[in-house]
Amino acid sequence: MTDKSVMVAENVFKELGSGAGKVIALKGVSLALAPGELTLLMGPSGSGKTTLLSILGCILQPTSGTISVAGTSTAGLSPEELAALRRNHIGFIFQSYNLFPTLNALENVRIALDVRGQKGYAAARRSEDVLRQVGLGGRLLNYPSNLSGGEQQRVAVARAIVSEPSIVLADEPTAALDSENGHAVMELLARIAREQNRSVLAVTHDPRTLGYADRVVKIEDGLIVGEDRRPRGLDAPEITDLTKRRKAHA
Amino acid sequence: MILTLAFRNLFHDRVRLAVTLVGILFSIVLVAIQLGLYLGASRMITANIDNARADLWITAFGAKSFEDGGLLLSSRERHQALATPGVAAVVPVVVKFSEWRKPAGGSTRVVIVGADAEEGAVAPLALVTGTWQDIKAPDAIAVDRTYLADLGITGIGDTAQIDIGRVRVRALTDGVRSFTQSPYVYMPLARARHVMGAPGTDLATFHLIQLEPGADLERVRADLKSRLETAEVLTTSEFRDRSLNQWLFRTGAGVALIGGALLGILVGTVIVAQTLYSSTKDHINEFATLRALGSSSGYIHQVILAQAGLSAVIGYGLGMMIALLVVMASQSTPLPIVMTPGLAAGLFTVTLFMCAISAISAIVKVTKIDPATVFSR
Repeated sequence: MTDKSVMVAENVFKELGSGAGKVIALKGVSLALAPGELTLLMGPSGSGKTTLLSILGCILQPTSGTISVAGTSTAGLSPEELAALRRNHIGFIFQSYNLFPTLNALENVRIALDVRGQKGYAAARRSEDVLRQVGLGGRLLNYPSNLSGGEQQRVAVARAIVSEPSIVLADEPTAALDSENGHAVMELLARIAREQNRSVLAVTHDPRTLGYADRVVKIEDGLIVGEDRRPRGLDAPEITDLTKRRKAHA
Repeated sequence: MILTLAFRNLFHDRVRLAVTLVGILFSIVLVAIQLGLYLGASRMITANIDNARADLWITAFGAKSFEDGGLLLSSRERHQALATPGVAAVVPVVVKFSEWRKPAGGSTRVVIVGADAEEGAVAPLALVTGTWQDIKAPDAIAVDRTYLADLGITGIGDTAQIDIGRVRVRALTDGVRSFTQSPYVYMPLARARHVMGAPGTDLATFHLIQLEPGADLERVRADLKSRLETAEVLTTSEFRDRSLNQWLFRTGAGVALIGGALLGILVGTVIVAQTLYSSTKDHINEFATLRALGSSSGYIHQVILAQAGLSAVIGYGLGMMIALLVVMASQSTPLPIVMTPGLAAGLFTVTLFMCAISAISAIVKVTKIDPATVFSR
């Protein structure tokens, strides 16, 4: 955790369900995201990755523990205040892209500005520029149904960054993509982190993504069990398994 | 973008849009016809009152309407009225139901209106053929051309029989319908008294009071009330209201028309609510995505309300086109439907209100959206 962290989670617990069906999804997670870094959050199914992402994204509130986004604590915030925090600081990329089927690529990006009150020609121009940045300058007026999976995910990336958020959260961004498109999207996320100095956190199962990461965080059973800081360009990262290390120390 | 998204959501499912529009259209047409009939009926009921030059009406005590004036007034009331300061003229009018015997057999009820036109009792009524002077001929009358077929005649010069004997049509009014469906038959005052069985008397159903210029209506009215103990003194507005109340509410006709209009609004609201709700349900993931992107709930509500508003505008446009066709087709019938700019504007407001109310269920649905669902798709 550093002074320049844009998002900080401290000792976060999250209980889901109630009664006999109650599950503790997160058991004291602490994590800080710094600008200029692409962080991968990896772990098996049911490990709490998506729950953590939802909490970091101010979509769910933790049962206990604190979340701070750009210096603002989420504790006690109403759903509308949490939405404002997302609006002002966080961009989302979803596994299934979640594009609006009735809007074309340009409109799908513009809507992210529209919810922030940025309208008119300037918003259209900005959306067009960002779509060109992600390589879709020639597909502005195409509807999602006329775009490939890779193109749709690039539209989703453009939508996530068009409002220049300090944090971009991606949920399995390559899961629905073939190898070529998966690499293209990861390269884009790495560039967004490094060239635009944003903090990017991607939840993933995909080992192909490791080569793009500045940092890999491993989560299991609701606990962060390992973390690896990687020199840029290293393709075969070795993740330090904190569980194993703790066992070894014992 | 709100309008764009609302428009695209609306047109995304054309079948559902068609159902929505049919619902609104049905509602608009039904409400327009019911309220148009109500307005038409109101105009029919008050046509003779509105077209009379009168500042005050002296009626027998308890007179219910123009057609049902009750006991006859005598010349005593007329003379007392004429002696009241501020009164310029007192115009007697006779109104009575009578039997009209058709030339080819059969009969129908008519309302005899006896007045001397030059005194202003009926003069403003539009005559399309003939003049009020023409009906001063011994057997002359004026009827409305809408009722020619009902009266068993074809036009000017045709004859028929009423209580006093043969009458001949010498003038035609246009658009003076009768709410009771008994056509008005206009004739001079003296002949109408003859129909009443009171020839040569001063009896009248009403006395129309015309004030001197600058006279204070309320003061004259109070003065008249104190002088006429057995009669009522009503303003034109009060007499209109009383006639409307008699025919529209005491008979239940107005209640039925207003009830029909309310039913139309209810049906429209239910149909629009149902389709907006199902549209919102179909697009729930998109609304959840909007929420996850940080949109305020107000933004999402605006999208739904814009959908409702667009439905209202399109449905209103289509509904009004059909309603206007029905209105035009009704003009030559004895029960014309009236459409006024005020009614058209009122209907638009009702449509917007109806669609806004319909949006409530959809808004409640999106209010419950869990944005976390965006990660589970």
